[in-house]
Amino acid sequence: MDKKRPVNLDLGTIKLPITSYVSILHRVSGVIMFFTLAVFLWMLDTSLASEQSFNDLAAMFANPICQFIIWGSLAALAYHAVAGIRHMIMDFGVGEDSFASGRNSAWAAMIVAALVIALITWWIL
Amino acid sequence: MVTTVTSLGRSGLSDWMIQRVSAWVMTAYLVFIVGYFFANPNLDYAQWSELNSSLPMRMFSLITILSIAAHAWIGLWCVLTDYITVRLIGPKATAIRIFFQLGMIAASLLYVVWAIDILWGI
Repeated sequence: MDKKRPVNLDLGTIKLPITSYVSILHRVSGVIMFFTLAVFLWMLDTSLASEQSFNDLAAMFANPICQFIIWGSLAALAYHAVAGIRHMIMDFGVGEDSFASGRNSAWAAMIVAALVIALITWWIL
Repeated sequence: MVTTVTSLGRSGLSDWMIQRVSAWVMTAYLVFIVGYFFANPNLDYAQWSELNSSLPMRMFSLITILSIAAHAWIGLWCVLTDYITVRLIGPKATAIRIFFQLGMIAASLLYVVWAIDILWGI
């Protein structure tokens, strides 16, 4: 491959549209979840190991540091799921007809994700 | 043509299909588990372990963790091949990328084994 081929997409010099931010956050939240999956599996393990460990885990949810880790894990999951469902709706041919509808659904995904994360915050506190 | 040896499906179309099927499985699991927590606000150990040790729930959980592993493999493959490139980080990029790709694949498989150990150890 020609190593000196021109590269026209220097992201640092481009003003990104909302769709780009939705996409970048989708990637970031996905990478975060690859690590927080360990937290969820550990919680599943602890909740199922014995009645004692189930109750210990429930007591741990009162700890602010644990709450913050769970909040971050759930927020990443909520955002990723909402942005992913946007793609799955597009798979059915809905909202992929123009740049305008893409931008609208990107804003919708941002707003729905913010609402869900607000609900998660309210639920944890 | 260069064959993408570290991608899960070995082709973009196949990866796309696996990504969407696994996404639907995970969405179904998420909807179920959130609904279950809402329906059972005072969940206790007996009920929780009974649910997770039932065969249908074990199957659902197993299919979900397999979906997560496949989905993560494909997603992280996309991210790694986009950003850990010779153009962006220099001549060592290929070696670094292979290292992270193999690590990511190993971690995905370990998650699956861990989940099986949890689910069948109840």
